[in-house]
Order: sequence, then structure tokens, then C-alpha cells
Amino acid sequence: MTTVPSPTDLDPAGARGADPGGAGRGTGRGRGAAVDDGDAAGLGRWRAAGFVAPAMLVVAVFLVFPAIWTLYLGLTNWRLTGLAAAEPEFVGTENYTDALSDPAFRNSLMLTLAFVFFSAIVGQSILGFALAWVARRLRPAVRSVLETVVLLAWIIPASVVAFLWLALLDRREGTLNALLGTDGTAWLLEYPMQSIIVFNIWNGTAFSMLLFGSALASVPPSQFETARMAGAGTFATLRDVVLPNIRGHILTNTLLITLWTFNVFAPYLITAGGPQGRTEILGIYIYRVALRDGALGQGAALSLIMIIINLIVASVYLRLLRERRS
Amino acid sequence: MTVRAALGAVGRYVFAGFVFVFFALPLLWLLSAPFDTAPSVQVSLPDFTLENFRTLWDNPYAMRSLGNSVLIAAGTMAITLVLAALASYALSRVRIPGRDTLLYLLLLLSSIVTGTAAMVPTFLLMTELGLIDRQLGVVLVLTGGLLPTAIFILKDFMDSTPRSYEESARVFGASSLQILRHVVVPIARPGLATIAVWAVVQVWGNFLVPFILLRSPDRQPAAVVMFTFYTEGGQPNLALISTFSLLFSIPVVVMYLFVNRRYGFRFHGGIKR
Repeated sequence: MTTVPSPTDLDPAGARGADPGGAGRGTGRGRGAAVDDGDAAGLGRWRAAGFVAPAMLVVAVFLVFPAIWTLYLGLTNWRLTGLAAAEPEFVGTENYTDALSDPAFRNSLMLTLAFVFFSAIVGQSILGFALAWVARRLRPAVRSVLETVVLLAWIIPASVVAFLWLALLDRREGTLNALLGTDGTAWLLEYPMQSIIVFNIWNGTAFSMLLFGSALASVPPSQFETARMAGAGTFATLRDVVLPNIRGHILTNTLLITLWTFNVFAPYLITAGGPQGRTEILGIYIYRVALRDGALGQGAALSLIMIIINLIVASVYLRLLRERRS
Repeated sequence: MTVRAALGAVGRYVFAGFVFVFFALPLLWLLSAPFDTAPSVQVSLPDFTLENFRTLWDNPYAMRSLGNSVLIAAGTMAITLVLAALASYALSRVRIPGRDTLLYLLLLLSSIVTGTAAMVPTFLLMTELGLIDRQLGVVLVLTGGLLPTAIFILKDFMDSTPRSYEESARVFGASSLQILRHVVVPIARPGLATIAVWAVVQVWGNFLVPFILLRSPDRQPAAVVMFTFYTEGGQPNLALISTFSLLFSIPVVVMYLFVNRRYGFRFHGGIKR
């Protein structure tokens, strides 16, 4: 038996004593915070570090290291095959200047912006909110059926939903053409970007619906009551009662779906970036440049640009999250 | 009921109807085609048969890939669960200096170093480590991506579990690992179950990581093999694709419904992806 002094006593490892100011910060956070530092199991700082270490090792090697290594890789002409695969050379910022002057990259960036804006920020947010808003006043059975199909679109694996959409939009026998009587319309060739935008709305709206559903549930019913007594219409209620209450949720939703949609790869399964790069959003573009065409150094530079954009969006979100929790 | 209220109700149901059709339309094929004697890409009332499932059963790649998916998902889930439980328990009970910063830094990392953004360095790292075309490589990369969120969520669970049992166990001479295994794990079971299901759902549908890291068709999971079924050469075998899609989708749907019924949906930064 290891005789470790009681939590309030002197810990041999000095876990708590060695952290001036830390305890004060910790007490405000979350459930059970009052006994936050009660090292009940007598772990002590060293054994605790031992418990944390394996997880940190995996994270360090497979998450942190790749991110940092990208910094270096992006400055080389590393290739998948050939001479530059064996002995990559340092090329400075050439990859970055190449990317910025490459019309394909600029095209990809614009497509990505349009994709994120229309499919996530506009499409998923608005449809998700409308669903959450309307669902409150549907009969429970209708509501649960509706929510279930929206959820199914979200949870079924990407390779399956991609094929479902290929079948739906098929030129010759597709269900959509049969329904609309638009026989022979090749949706994925004529409207490729619109198609993957609608696909992504279909695919991801569930999250916004769930988030806004819980946001609306948190609005005090008395406020709705007051609005109704005052004879406020739907629009006035939304503006004066709902909006002020769910501002935080709107921001959270926008940031998260922006981040996710920016990193989406599923459209590759439907259009593979085509026709002629017209749906080549950033992830697909990186895949083509680095792994299909083999320009790994160039791809690493693009990866870094993507990671930095992610970093900007994610740090805004985490700042918010942290403020709310403390 | 006033006219306005009635109109509102009609409007709601009309909207709900349209949205239902929008979401259900692509999904219908998944229910009709697998049971059709001559499945086409169009949705139609099936001329009922189960023969397509024999086609699936007889396809060596399909069944093996589902086995691979199980292997990769189970492996990732197991490693994530064990490492996250150890780490979150220690972080919950002992104030390691810089703990809060560490947790947020981890969460930040996992949301910016995504499979898509980091595909190039990940691919190169695995090549250098000799883990290309090995399922272990896929498991490790996926575990690295899931661990931060898993630790973050589990720490919340651990924070809310009572400590008095641990103290008693210690009085009776249990070691830290014994306490974790026999006292903490049973109490934190709902949290661990959530993380386990979440991890499996994440990995089960993941396409990109196995797609770039695995070459041999006999090692690829269902997500990748499914894609090759409809992209590689000639007329796609719809009997095979439809039954395979259905079989491949059922596990995640069942798990999700289970978690939803049991615990409801919870919101933690980035729980889904």
C-alpha cells in the first residue's frame, strides 16, 4: 500500500502546493469544482503525469508533430516519386508564391468560400433554425419522424450518402429527373457547385437543428407568453424574444459549421473535384496536388494555409467556449 | 382557432412536408434497391427479393472490408477509451500545472489538425514510420485525432463522480490503477459508453484517412471499398452496392439511436466530427 497523505495534507509530489493561483482559477469551472483538487485516489503528481503521458504521446506524434512538420515540408520540393522523393531540396517560400499566383489555387479558394458560405452559414443555419422553430409546434409523432430523417442524413457514412446522391442525380435514370420531368439533365455536370452545396445542406443540417432546438428550449416560456399577450407576430417574436436569447448559440453554430464545412472531403466522393475543377474545394485540391500529382512539398504548403485558416476560426470559438465556462 | 392560427398550422405542416421530402428522397433508395430483383438507380417499389444479399455475401471484398471496418473501429475505440480514461482521471483528480491550458490547447489542436488539412504531413509521417498500408497506422492516426475531445468530455464526467469511494478504496489498500479499474470506471460508465459509441461512429464512416493510408483492397475498410465499387470501371453492380450500403449503415444508425434514447444528444465542442 502506498501511504499518501490525505488530500489536504502535504502531498509528496506537491501537486497542489506547486501551483500558486491555479486553485482559484479552477474552482469556478464545471460540476464538482469545489472538490476539484481533492486528490482522493492519492495519485500524486508523478503518477498522474504517468497516467496522462500515453495519451499525450499519441497526440504528440500523430497530431502535433504532423502540424509542425508541415512548416518545414512546405519549404521543400518533396515529391511522391522521382529524384525529389529521394533527396528533397529546400526551396524557400517558392511553394507559397507558386500557390498564390496559381489560378487553380485561387479558384479553389473562391469555391471553398462559396461552399462554406452558401451550404453552411446560409443553408444549414437557416434550415436548421427553421426546422427547430417549426418542430416545437408539430405533433410529437410528426416531429420525431422529421427529426429522424434529418439525423439519418447526418449519421450515415459519407461513402453511402455520396452514392445515394449519385443515384438521385443520375442523368438517365435518376429519381430527381423522373420526379421533375427533366429527363437527361446532368445535374453534376451542368450545376456541379450547386449540387454539392445542396448535398452539404442535406448532409449537415442536423447539427444546426439540434443546436437551435436546445437553444430554443432554453428561452424562458414566460417571454414567449409575454410576446403573445402583447400581440407580437412571428417575426417580432423572433426578433425581440428569440434572437437576444440565442445570440451565443448562433455564434457557436456559425463557427463550428464553418470549421467543419471548410474541412469537408465528402464532395470528392460525388464529383471528385470535377468537371474541370469546378467543385475543387480546398481539401480536394490539396488531395489532387499532393497525393495524385505527387507534389508533396507544394501540398504541404497548402496544408499549412488550411491549418492556419482553421486556427483562426477555432481560436475564436474556443475563446467563446472558455468565457462561457468560466 | 383563429384564421391566422389555422393558416400558421397549415404553413408549418406544409413546410415540414417539404423538408421531409427533401431529406427522405435520397434515403428511399437505400430501402428500396436492396430488396429489388433488378435494382436500378431510381427509387421504385421493389419486386421483393433477398437474393441481393447473397450477391453481397459472395463478394469477398465486401465482407472482408466490413471485417476491416470492425477491426479499425474497435481498435481505435479501445485505445482511445483506455488512454482517455487514464488521462482524464488523472487530470480530474490532480492539478497538474497548466492543466486548463493543456486541455484547451488539445481541443484547439484536434479541431485544426483535421484529416483534410493535415493529409500531406500525415501521409508522409506514416510513410517514414513504415505504417503505410497498415491498419495500425490508420488506428493510430484516428486515435490521435479523437483523444483530445475524448479527454475533454471524459474529464467532465470524472469531475462529477463522487470521490468518497476512492478514499475508502485507498484506505483498504487499493493501488491507483485498481481504484481506477474497480471504482472509477463503474461509476463513469455512462461517460465511457458515450465516448465508445462516439469513437466508433467517427471511425466507422471515416473515408479520407484509410483512403490515403491503405493501398491493398484486402486491408481497406468498408468506407473505401464502397467507393471503389461505384467508381472503378464499367457498370456498377447495384445489387451489391445497395445491400452493402444498407449493411454498412445499419450499425451507426443503431448506435446513434441507442445513445440518443439513452442519454440524449449532448453538445460538446465538436462531438460529431
